[in-house]
Amino acid sequence: MYLYSITFYIFSLVAVLSALMVISARNPVHSVLFLILSFVNASGLFVLLGAEFLAMILVVVYVGAVAVLFLFVVMMLDINFVKLREGFLQYLPFGALLGVVLIVELGILFLTKSFSENSLSRFVQSPQINEVENTKLIGQVLYTDYFYLFQISGLILLVAMVGSITLTLRDRGQVKRQNISSQNFIDEKNAIEKKKIKLGEGI
Amino acid sequence: MNSFSYLNDLIIPGGIIIAQIMAVLMPVLISVAFLVYAERKVLALIQLRRGPNVVGPFGILQSFADALKLLTKENIVPANSNKIVFLLAPIITMVLSLAGWAVIPFAPNWVLADINVGIMYLFAVSSLGVYGIIMAGWASNSQYPFLGALRSAAQMVSYEVSIGFVIITVLLCVGSLNLSKIVEAQETVWFAIPLLPMFVVFFISALAETNRLPFDLPEDESTLVAGFFTEYSSASFVLFFLGEYASMILMSSMTVILFMGGWLPPFDIFPLNAVPGVIWFVIKVIFILFLFIWVRGTFPRYRYDQLMRLGWKIFLPLSLLWVVLTAGFLIVFDMVPNSL
Repeated sequence: MYLYSITFYIFSLVAVLSALMVISARNPVHSVLFLILSFVNASGLFVLLGAEFLAMILVVVYVGAVAVLFLFVVMMLDINFVKLREGFLQYLPFGALLGVVLIVELGILFLTKSFSENSLSRFVQSPQINEVENTKLIGQVLYTDYFYLFQISGLILLVAMVGSITLTLRDRGQVKRQNISSQNFIDEKNAIEKKKIKLGEGI
Repeated sequence: MNSFSYLNDLIIPGGIIIAQIMAVLMPVLISVAFLVYAERKVLALIQLRRGPNVVGPFGILQSFADALKLLTKENIVPANSNKIVFLLAPIITMVLSLAGWAVIPFAPNWVLADINVGIMYLFAVSSLGVYGIIMAGWASNSQYPFLGALRSAAQMVSYEVSIGFVIITVLLCVGSLNLSKIVEAQETVWFAIPLLPMFVVFFISALAETNRLPFDLPEDESTLVAGFFTEYSSASFVLFFLGEYASMILMSSMTVILFMGGWLPPFDIFPLNAVPGVIWFVIKVIFILFLFIWVRGTFPRYRYDQLMRLGWKIFLPLSLLWVVLTAGFLIVFDMVPNSL
């Protein structure tokens, strides 16, 4: 059990510290890298909880895809760090207000009895926990009880994709394009012209 | 909490895990050295040259000599680079290419961690590989590495999508994410035969995922000097180099496990099934690695737009179609594995 506890404390400590560094690092690229570290440690905690499928999905989706795009955008931006710090005091009250609202809401949730486990389980369909691996358990509820919600979330993502494509797609006028199949069917007959050149004459 | 419980709960299990990790990683690192040698030798034969033939018999110790030479050189960190990220990038590349070996089954029960989501773990680790390259490109604070890193990031993200669909096709036929069960499901026929198009797609995507020729645009010498590791020297260069070859072997083992029946012999008849499973596994991995090198010696480099076209316009629709076809086939002929 010591090994288990040690790994738990390492994962949670690194997760919390790197989460703090995300908001305090001066360089935005460092922030994103700390965010990735935090994700990876969260997935380590998932593994310790026995939720191995969620852990792997967290790494594949958030770290492998979403955070790569974050990093891409942040790296490409030419950010003026001094200017970024200027508005800090100006926005501080608004940010603090948001934080306070969030903490109060969470406090209300935890303090009232409606958030106890029993009351939640009345509304939520959960799979029977037994020896079956949790990939299968997730599939059992996701594709039966929550099938319509699953499909709707897929549709929402599709709409988002179509929306972003329509926003960025524009007619760029005269762009030279290759017709790949016609390129592939080029042979020496229609690509090369052979000429016999007499000595000292040229073409 | 006495000293005895520490021994039983911490030192003994921890020591066993470390010994097991060593037992897996040492052969991997040594085979990386020989892979580099084999690649140079095979390329030399393809191009009618001799290849390395001076250090040791047949030049077999060439990679060790090269590693020693590189490690004793000065490690230069560019003045304008972001030093911590610059030094972290090769370490991340190396660690990630070794981390995947934790779940590879070499023979029945010869696996470090026999986890239920083995294939997801491999997919996750290989999708993290892009960070080493992006970090190297950004931290070098130089144009060529940055361009190389951008190319690499786009390339790896594109080909991961079709690799994901290929894995889903195999999983539909297996009914489990455990790598040992994927191998056991191929006892009657290797998946390379019924899923041949997916095997080809996976192999080509593996070339792109490991930045090998003909898809080695991130380190395209003729346009980008050496791509994302232009600024690297000495030990950090060695780490990139080793990491690239270790992930090549990892992708080959993944191909073998998904499509070529892992440790299973080609036919279950006497002289073949008497050979230990690990030997079959190694032979198959060497075969795939030979294909990697053969492709490198034969094909010209793709242009970047052709690379993206192949990934998004050909492989993605093809693998998506094949997922639907496989699922339909399994449903129609009632062959869905361990249905509930």
